Amino acid sequence: MIEVERLNVHFGHNQVVHDVSFHVAPGETFGLVGESGSGKSTVLRTIAGLVPGWDGGLAVDGKALGPKRDRAFFKSVQMVFQDPYGSLHPRQTVDRILAEPLAVHGIADAESRITRALEEVALPRVARFRYPHQLSGGQRQRVAIARALIADPSVLLLDEPTSALDVSVQAEVLNLLADLRQARQLTCILVSHNLAVIGHLCGRLAVMQGGRIVEILRQEQLRDGTAQHAHTRELIALSHELEG
Amino acid sequence: MTEAPPSEAPLVEIRKLRVDFPNPAGFTQAVRGISFSLGREKLGIVGESGSGKSVTGRALMRLLPGSARVQAEALRFDGIDVLAASERQMRALRGGRIGLIMQDPKYSLNPVMTVGRQIAEAWLAHNKGGRKEAREAALSLLEQVRIRDPLRVLDSYPHEISGGMGQRVMIAMMLAPNPDMLIADEPTSALDASVQAEILKLIEELVSARGMGLMLISHDLPLVSRFCDRVVVMYAGQVMEELPARDLHRARHAYTRGLLDCMPSLSAPRPRLPTLTRDPAWLEPQR
Repeated sequence: MIEVERLNVHFGHNQVVHDVSFHVAPGETFGLVGESGSGKSTVLRTIAGLVPGWDGGLAVDGKALGPKRDRAFFKSVQMVFQDPYGSLHPRQTVDRILAEPLAVHGIADAESRITRALEEVALPRVARFRYPHQLSGGQRQRVAIARALIADPSVLLLDEPTSALDVSVQAEVLNLLADLRQARQLTCILVSHNLAVIGHLCGRLAVMQGGRIVEILRQEQLRDGTAQHAHTRELIALSHELEG
Repeated sequence: MTEAPPSEAPLVEIRKLRVDFPNPAGFTQAVRGISFSLGREKLGIVGESGSGKSVTGRALMRLLPGSARVQAEALRFDGIDVLAASERQMRALRGGRIGLIMQDPKYSLNPVMTVGRQIAEAWLAHNKGGRKEAREAALSLLEQVRIRDPLRVLDSYPHEISGGMGQRVMIAMMLAPNPDMLIADEPTSALDASVQAEILKLIEELVSARGMGLMLISHDLPLVSRFCDRVVVMYAGQVMEELPARDLHRARHAYTRGLLDCMPSLSAPRPRLPTLTRDPAWLEPQR
């Protein structure tokens, strides 16, 4: 569903992603984990078309991607960002926020779609005419997820979707994401620095360091001690240590 | 640095602290009658957003906006009544005897001033000496927070250093006046897991070596319990439970257990995470 082949990304003279390749199968959730500066978010943003200055091969659903993406791409690939306060328009109501992608993609019956989207992410009906600042952090992230899903995408790109939330709210959002990808057969890429979150949602994951993928492994390998690379082992040890 | 004598009187005494913020319909109760004390030890205050943990820390430094209504039977720092202290006395406490480390170094450092000048400024505000001495003190402080290349960092601007390094700079700044206590309000929430552990280790070591008191405010229960002696768990402005950090896994309160349980675990994966069922009884006045 998603193919990344020898991807390099430059910011000016600085190369931040080196020779990154991975494939994500339809319906799979793939994890990208690493420390800040490891390039994991840059890879995700490059797939989303938010980063200029890359070379290598990118394809979604069999179609190769160029520097410019067409409208169909933006309908089928949607992104959820870390900070739901920063990613929602502060002066638009939830209703307008959700109506926008429908208008952009020329999708009719906005009324019923918005109602359904709110139901799907378990937001109360009254939330529809609220502004982002009137909602809690968890509710805002639900709005961001509803906005991403309202145009019926097939790919969801998630950039640290729960890092700004309390653990209690994180659990709710992770459960919601698990339910939605099941119900809609979504293909997802999840970026996080939290290995436990990645291990919870992803079947396979890539560990990144210094702009390179150092290892791609299956979720079970996080536990059975067959991780090869030293950095992966470090991250696993740290995660176990923090769990206590 | 002098070895702190094991004082009998606690460094911080909080009894029945209430903080209310005005809203159009009356008052919102942010903190509802909490009590605890803190010696020269490491105390963790844990709770979700809105539980009143940061407001408690700020009330102790009298940093809340003027509209906030702060009441307490006792709110003392080293015998000083914070509610009755003069503004002059408070200035000596804030940044002088109590250091505050905030969440995101990106916002708490001055973006148009070099790191060295900011640390020197903090040093000059609470010590006697000239600019040259202040610069030397800043350099020594950067070494103490284990920055590898302190001379380079001294002349860097905040945007030129990483988040972890920024937080080290914040800590250096707070240590400049040699405080008795540090309040760390989510000091690592903006950082990665590995940097988080490093920064907390650094804070822990500095606090132990200097015999300071530490109030570590965080929403991350397991993390806090690793670095603190005691943990106070807050919910909706009240203390639900207070327990030794090493006994966290034996926590009795349903809220504490719920918070621990809803985290995804690497060693014991579950298809679904249990979510927190909030018992209305937790909102009733406790005890």
